[in-house]
Amino acid sequence: MTKQIRQLDRVVIRFAGDSGDGMQLTGDRFTSETAQLGNDISTLPNFPAEIRAPAGTLPGVSSFQVHFADYDILTPGDAPNVLVAMNPAALKANLADLPRGADIIVNTDEFTKRNLAKVGYQTSPLDDDSLAGYVVHPVALTSMTVGALAAHQVSKKDAERSKNMFALGLLSWMYSRPYESTLRFLERKFAARPELVAANVAAFKAGWNFGETTEDFAVRYEVKPAKMKPGTYRNITGNAALSLGLVAAGVRSGLPVFLGAYPITPASDILHELSKHKRFGVLTVQAEDEIAAVGAALGASYGGSLGVTTTSGPGVALKSETISLAVALELPLVIVDVQRAGPSTGMPTKTEQADLNMALYGRHGEAPVAVIAPRSPSDCFFAALEAARIALTYRTPVILLSDNYVANGSEPWLLPDVESLPDLRVEFATKPNGEDGTTFLPYLRDPETLARPWAIPGTAGLEHRIGGLEKADKTGDISYDPANHDFMVRTRAARIETIPVPDIEVEDPDGDARVLVLGWGSTYGPIGAACRGVRQRGLSIAQAHLRHLAPMPANLGEVLRSYDKVVIPEMNLGQLAHVIRARYLVDAISYNQVRGLPFTAAELETTLEEVLKNV
Amino acid sequence: MSEPVAVKLTAKDFKSDQEVRWCPGCGDYAILAAIQQFMPELNIPRERTVFVSGIGCSSRFPYYMNTYGMHSIHGRAPAIATGLSVSRPDLSVWVVTGDGDALSIGGNHLIHALRRNVNLKILLFNNRIYGLTKGQYSPTSEVGKITKSTPAGSADAPFNPLSLALGAEASFVGRTIDSDRKHLQSVLRAAAEHEGSAFVEIYQNCNIFNDGAFDQLKDPSTRDDYLIRLEHGQPITFGADGQFCVVHPPGGFGLEVRDTNSVRPEEIVVHDATVTDPAYAFALSRLPGLDLRNTPIGVFRSVDRPSYDSVVQAQLAAAKAKVTETPEQQLAGLLGSGDTWTII
Repeated sequence: MTKQIRQLDRVVIRFAGDSGDGMQLTGDRFTSETAQLGNDISTLPNFPAEIRAPAGTLPGVSSFQVHFADYDILTPGDAPNVLVAMNPAALKANLADLPRGADIIVNTDEFTKRNLAKVGYQTSPLDDDSLAGYVVHPVALTSMTVGALAAHQVSKKDAERSKNMFALGLLSWMYSRPYESTLRFLERKFAARPELVAANVAAFKAGWNFGETTEDFAVRYEVKPAKMKPGTYRNITGNAALSLGLVAAGVRSGLPVFLGAYPITPASDILHELSKHKRFGVLTVQAEDEIAAVGAALGASYGGSLGVTTTSGPGVALKSETISLAVALELPLVIVDVQRAGPSTGMPTKTEQADLNMALYGRHGEAPVAVIAPRSPSDCFFAALEAARIALTYRTPVILLSDNYVANGSEPWLLPDVESLPDLRVEFATKPNGEDGTTFLPYLRDPETLARPWAIPGTAGLEHRIGGLEKADKTGDISYDPANHDFMVRTRAARIETIPVPDIEVEDPDGDARVLVLGWGSTYGPIGAACRGVRQRGLSIAQAHLRHLAPMPANLGEVLRSYDKVVIPEMNLGQLAHVIRARYLVDAISYNQVRGLPFTAAELETTLEEVLKNV
Repeated sequence: MSEPVAVKLTAKDFKSDQEVRWCPGCGDYAILAAIQQFMPELNIPRERTVFVSGIGCSSRFPYYMNTYGMHSIHGRAPAIATGLSVSRPDLSVWVVTGDGDALSIGGNHLIHALRRNVNLKILLFNNRIYGLTKGQYSPTSEVGKITKSTPAGSADAPFNPLSLALGAEASFVGRTIDSDRKHLQSVLRAAAEHEGSAFVEIYQNCNIFNDGAFDQLKDPSTRDDYLIRLEHGQPITFGADGQFCVVHPPGGFGLEVRDTNSVRPEEIVVHDATVTDPAYAFALSRLPGLDLRNTPIGVFRSVDRPSYDSVVQAQLAAAKAKVTETPEQQLAGLLGSGDTWTII
């Protein structure tokens, strides 16, 4: 039977199932196939904090959303066009996000009386008319997978576990995806167990062939490659990009990278990734706690490494005292905060931007640090390099505010040419800098950067002592002198305020916008998509996005004041808006959501239109 | 780690230009002088020696040593020193701490540094009181101690620092006394030669807030009967006339003190710091009573175990040994690893 092929410009698919159903892996593979095809992509995993919540329950639902298109896209998509629901819980948990008319592929084998009861379905939604507004494709995924593997030398349990590959095969057929990379992946993943390679490949092919033959799927879809800049691409998550950025910072500075870290969601993947790169001289220490992690990183920085610590909000709170010491010692230190929903344990696998206040102000005494935030998964690479640049050049702690959304989301990344990456080489102090030619003054500053010399142990003639006690200007000796303390506090503030950062750029294609949307960090995609939507309706709107939160770009005040209204959407209760209002006396409109999820472009678009109506 | 230096250093070379600001009469002066005098014999250049401290009276120590030094955060010195030591195996890293710093606020870092066997020489100045905050009881203060924060007497059971260190898998554990320069230097010498963590408790007198805490161990009329001077390979006897000895009591778990005359010579325990089972050193650490009788000093335990630093550095070296490309080439390869696609 020849199937009809329909062209689409974009599709959003959500794979949803039990935590143990392998939905993250399924989504990941589909994404990789899609990347090979040349579509633009954006992904959003969504999983519970529990490793294995009770099977079949709503808290145990794990999902992976992938948005792909034949043009450049900015978000993982507001609403799925297709939901793959591996059980009743996955259907129930995700149905509200589906627009009417969406396709739902359900694994009918899991729609048993018991599983339905677990999530409070009195009757099966497949049998009543509650799904009447959707296109439902009932597929006996488990039993067909087991049937397809009857001749294979695998246990029933292993056969059942291959059902995610059946689903992947079916979706890959539906959207005409190339599957070679998945077959290669399976060979790598199960290299030690050839019978599992064969079983998973067979399950995948069974799913593909099922699509090809069954009449339930009458249409096959194609999404043409997007027009993207020439070059070599890979799909990358924010945490992976950030890790590579740190490795690159080591290469470009010529310094060993030292990571002190304590496991914490959603930052642990950076520890895992960096632990693999010992051949670059990257040294990782899994410390006994968050405090030791940052302490070890600072100790390594003192010794001439690029000291890094990676954590999430609760960890930054614990590290606060040591970050203040690093401010006093004026040593390089990169602190990565992959933000999650707080306070306290909060929702550790959900996203939020609510650590901005802590990053800017969360220390004792006057303890300014530089703060920067990546705007997308691949931007985490460049943000990490920029954090390292500031830390090394200005000898200061830098807080890098990632979040769960960019950390676990992915997008295609145009691989940069290594030689084009910033040169981060630093010079250690090697000889006395006092006027007499023999004295070493550890707090004599470079007049341009206000950075003090980095004299690492092992350098003869520069033996000196540093510490948390206030230091006399230049000599670094302990000082309780009032005027000196006042001078040092102001100097430490000036050190950060005078770091040159690029001007903020405004995107206003119409050139006549009177409303500016200002964002920071991971909201770049949703804000950008919303602005596009607004413009498609013939309205003008300007977008600007902050990468440097401390210090802020020098032109920011002028930019803000040149618009009638400034809207600041944030996944917190208005932390940036507060800073902007205080610093620039601009009556910014704060738009906030703290639902643990990224903004949808649609809701932002509605909000922006409301503002535009009242200009 | 030691390498001969061209010019023989002296104690004076290890004195910094900073005015020493401990209270007059503080035991820390004696320790400082002993260490400054002892450092030259290690033959480690000053620039390769680093003292890292936390907060407290003892933690001012690095300011007075003309080496590299960091006065850091209360309790965190072992963590900071771990990062320094593991990333810079060429350095000789010393941690100076006190009973509050190491055992109260920094207890976690201490035990983890010891179990990892980080190549640190950890000197714990134990004066059984908080001095810098002016006289609160510490985690080594006796039960019932009257201090500013315990006017009715401390209700806390104290730590035995050596028992704690041994429980934390320390590979080197010793104890010495501020006033006995020769002994102090002998223990530090052994600590410096040890590969891995060396934990040394130094009884130190705080003449302002806990004066005389260790007087029985110093007073010529009592010290010989109170102190057990451990010597590797020697039978453990003590007392002015060697009238006391240490034996394994039959059927018991630990060690006990007996009159030498009451036991056969072969029953007397011969000290062996290299015994693998920490139970022996632990039993030694439990000998003293609250009145300081039967206090062993010297090296309790010194066993060979690979240092954390050496294991980590070996892993790095093994990974680097396979590298044939420049770092830039390696990086380009890493960035382009995994599934990639090219758009023309």
